[in-house]
Amino acid sequence: MTEQRNLLRGETGDWEVVIGLEVHAQVTSNTKLFSGSSAAYGAGPNENVSLVDAAMPGMLPVINQFCVEQAIKTGLGLNAKIHLWSRFDRKNYFYPDLPQGYQISQYKDPIVGEGEIEVELDAERTIKVGIERLHLEQDAGKSIHDLAPKESYVDLNRSGVALMEIVSKPEMRSAEEASAYFGKLRTIVRYLGTCDGNMDQGSMRADVNVSVCRAGNYAKFVETGDFSHLGTRTETKNVNSIRFVRQVVDYEARRQIQVLEAGGTIDQETRLFDVKTGETRTMRSKEDAHDYRYFPDPDLLPLEFSQEFVDRIAASLPELPDAKKHRFVEEYGLSSYDAAVLVADKDKATYFEGVASGRDGKLASSWVTTELFGMLNKEGLEITESPISAEQLGGLIDLISDETISGKIAKQVFELMLDEDKGKAPKDIVEARGLKQVTDTGALEAAADKIIAANPEQVAKVKDKPKALGWFVGQVMKETGGKANPQAVNAILKKKLGVE
Amino acid sequence: MADLTTKTIAQLRDGMRAKEFSAAEVFDQYFTRAENSRALNAFVRFNVELAWDQVKASDERIAKGEARPLEGIPMGIKDLFCTEGLETNAASRILYGFRPPYESTVSQNLLDDGAVFMGKLNLDEFAMGSSNETSAHGPAINPWRREGEETKLTPGGSSGGSAAAVAARLCAGATATDTGGSIRQPAALTATVGLKPTYGRCSRWGIVAFASSLDQAGPIAKDVRDSAILLNSMAGYDPKDSTSIDRPVPDYEQAIAGGVKGMKIGIPKEYRLDGMSQEISDLWTKSAKLLEEQGAEIVEVSLPLTKYALPVYYIVAPAEASSNLARYDGVKYGVRVEDDNIHEMYKKTRGEGFGAEVKRRLMIGTYVLSAGYYDAYYLRAQRVRKKIAMEMAAAFEQVDLLLTPSSPSAAFGLGEKSADPIEMYLNDVFTVTANLAGVPGISIPGGLDAQGLPLGLQLIAPAFGEETMIRGAAALEEAIGFNAQPTEWWR
Amino acid sequence: MSLDESTVKKVANLARIAIADEEVPHLMNELNGILGWIEQLQEVDIEGVEAMTSSVEVALPMRDDVLADGPTGGGQPQAVTKNAPKSDDHFFVVPKVVE
Ligand SMILES: [Mg+2]
Ligand SMILES: [Zn+2]
Repeated sequence: MTEQRNLLRGETGDWEVVIGLEVHAQVTSNTKLFSGSSAAYGAGPNENVSLVDAAMPGMLPVINQFCVEQAIKTGLGLNAKIHLWSRFDRKNYFYPDLPQGYQISQYKDPIVGEGEIEVELDAERTIKVGIERLHLEQDAGKSIHDLAPKESYVDLNRSGVALMEIVSKPEMRSAEEASAYFGKLRTIVRYLGTCDGNMDQGSMRADVNVSVCRAGNYAKFVETGDFSHLGTRTETKNVNSIRFVRQVVDYEARRQIQVLEAGGTIDQETRLFDVKTGETRTMRSKEDAHDYRYFPDPDLLPLEFSQEFVDRIAASLPELPDAKKHRFVEEYGLSSYDAAVLVADKDKATYFEGVASGRDGKLASSWVTTELFGMLNKEGLEITESPISAEQLGGLIDLISDETISGKIAKQVFELMLDEDKGKAPKDIVEARGLKQVTDTGALEAAADKIIAANPEQVAKVKDKPKALGWFVGQVMKETGGKANPQAVNAILKKKLGVE
Repeated sequence: MADLTTKTIAQLRDGMRAKEFSAAEVFDQYFTRAENSRALNAFVRFNVELAWDQVKASDERIAKGEARPLEGIPMGIKDLFCTEGLETNAASRILYGFRPPYESTVSQNLLDDGAVFMGKLNLDEFAMGSSNETSAHGPAINPWRREGEETKLTPGGSSGGSAAAVAARLCAGATATDTGGSIRQPAALTATVGLKPTYGRCSRWGIVAFASSLDQAGPIAKDVRDSAILLNSMAGYDPKDSTSIDRPVPDYEQAIAGGVKGMKIGIPKEYRLDGMSQEISDLWTKSAKLLEEQGAEIVEVSLPLTKYALPVYYIVAPAEASSNLARYDGVKYGVRVEDDNIHEMYKKTRGEGFGAEVKRRLMIGTYVLSAGYYDAYYLRAQRVRKKIAMEMAAAFEQVDLLLTPSSPSAAFGLGEKSADPIEMYLNDVFTVTANLAGVPGISIPGGLDAQGLPLGLQLIAPAFGEETMIRGAAALEEAIGFNAQPTEWWR
Repeated sequence: MSLDESTVKKVANLARIAIADEEVPHLMNELNGILGWIEQLQEVDIEGVEAMTSSVEVALPMRDDVLADGPTGGGQPQAVTKNAPKSDDHFFVVPKVVE
């Protein structure tokens, strides 16, 4: 069923948008997919290029086992079918960043088949997105166009770097869904460690396929599997941020609706996203771009491995975000959305778990997401750079839970751990600075008596307005330097002032 | 001093070790002869300076008793093998000036065994051709002539330079490659021995690729023993080539002595083509007899799909070539024809850099892989290929070896067959099946035809049956006792 | 199946081979001759036969993920670019590419 939120209003009626993503994720390998040169980012021109990558005559590809393992790992993380037999094909086209004149990719028989992942949109909505396939392929080099007026400079450092191309089904129905899916993929590969997810360096980028159709047609497509119910799609290449994915979908959907409503047609074409304007535009003319003449690479044999090989990899998999999310809900009593926010980043989840383990989960979650994340945000720090360790924060929560300190004092201790008392255990800080909660009734009663005696008008007021009790509590807390146990103070004051 | 160029590699090896002559003397004689034989256009480039250093080193090793298997043996290298620092252009204008910063595995194996490289040998452009006429350097010339004629004949192709050089004694042995018959057909046309090993036996690393699933390196030599000696050095597993087979290399030279007693040798009846010359037919029959006399059992076998091998080849090889040769685009090496537009630059560079036959095959290969034709041509060809390979495998359940002619005719005149591509393609009709099936084949001299031109005989073995094949070839060689030499008109 | 002149031009373009217009008819005839000869493969019954892409029947060998020395490793921009018709500062230089 088409939900209302997915409809786009046009001049001539309602439209729906359909999105599929082809995400290229660079494998975190030392060397390239088919050669022993470095896959590192940021070297000098053609520094990380072997004679294989430069397509010297007679050079031959030999596959990197680590990359194969990472593809399998990622496939398992996508809940997808691992193919024990797959094959590499050549995709033939001429381009200066493609030294061989073909890209070694997997066309007919990819290493990973269909799968499905959960994508959280917000506190209420979680959708499922189908994965069509994942295959291994070579990255291309890079042309630089601004070093000379009439020439392009070609650097092949990226040429041959291992990519996993993860192809979704055309199941996303809004810019929000597409960007959330992209973000979720990033979370998964980072959990697995198969890709560093570094979008600035191009380690992860999406080709965004967008089409629009009249309201109701998507349902017909789902029912029949017949693509003719959908509109012609455009493919916007190499979109390298979650926000840009959203912009591309918004822009393309609007553009396509305008074209169609003006009586035009959409070309099946490749487009580029302009970060500055937020618009897309037609890429290189593609007269023959679609006749890639794929055929099995005769320099390589079929990629075959046993189920045991896959099982060994499966056994080494870390806990994946969805499993972790469900466990956080169960184990720590978090809401599904709070859990999703925490697991979105593996390091954050690990930190949280360090704090929450054996403690009150909700309290831990609130301290981690509010105080700690707030502080990190303000300081521009990553969770891995946090000046307060999970152990320290856990210790602080222990002091709150056993009523050694109040929440307010805890915030004070938190600040101290950032600054003067950096690296110290909260327990020691509290001890050294005498911040322990005062629970000694005698001392609290004395303080209460003193305040009551000094403020007769307030005492009169509280008889009619019991809410004014709070003022007395505040005064007593002040008197005790904030160290008084607020519950105890409350009880003593109530008794002394005769408030129910 | 005796003419050392008449000696085989085995004789040179033994003679140098016995201090009968030095590596320097051997090299000097070969080199002088090669320099005086430029009319054959077999060598396209000499390796003089480097070679002399190698020769000196060889003599020092021999003196110290540290000679390696091929110490001081002067070899010619087909210009399809990349040689470090020495121009390698595959007889194509598009690669002129290319000096590889690496050495092919096979040539490195030879160097490691002490071989001395005299220079690079002519071939058909990118190994595409059966007459050497597609070479950008002009064709190598066959040292053999028809009796009483001066017509220049082809040494065959694509390893025509290798065959001509060995036949004319310009080097002791040569490397060659065989994609559809390019070792065996030129060997047959020049009365030399050409051995194509099992696919995967020799590394393809560093050999300019033509058709990756078919290309295989092998030797061209004066006799069967020399071809076995060279194969010992050339063969071996190479982790840099994913299609190389990890399997120990037996001592092929040892295999020579065994004889054919008790062997079953098949005669594929479909190889008796319509219009086959009586001479070739008779030679074939006679050689089967000779093997029988040595104790082999001759069996008729049927390989009815043989006739489809060439059409399959002319889809598969151009398809792979169209992709393998895409890297010649005027960007990384070789020659560029400038244009402001990159795609025009590609087209001009490739249009001018490739010769007619290469362009024809690239066009065919591109077409059979293109949208709408892939299934009908390429995929169908690969399925027929499978059937052919299965048929061949079934034949080897019955027999140890197959005996066939090597080529359908003796050497022909330059220009005689170049008008019709298909007529030229038919040269490989007896050899191409072994490439499709990936099995080894060897061509040895069978005799001379009425015009005094050599004819070759081929033995084909199952995969990794090189030892049996060498055994059979040595026995047949001895029984035939071929010892004719071309008259030296070219010096 | 046989090629017409426009297909010949299209294929030449795909293969990035410049051919002069006057060469086209001759080339077309040659290609059609070869394709016509190849046509005999249609006679072969290939029902149930799988395609053969290699005569080697082993699985793809894999290498370890370690940096290589020599031709299959990096760190040699000089060797990579020294044969190039045009290069500058270890970049390959080509006519301007317009995306
Ligand atoms: Mg894409
Ligand atoms: Zn891709």
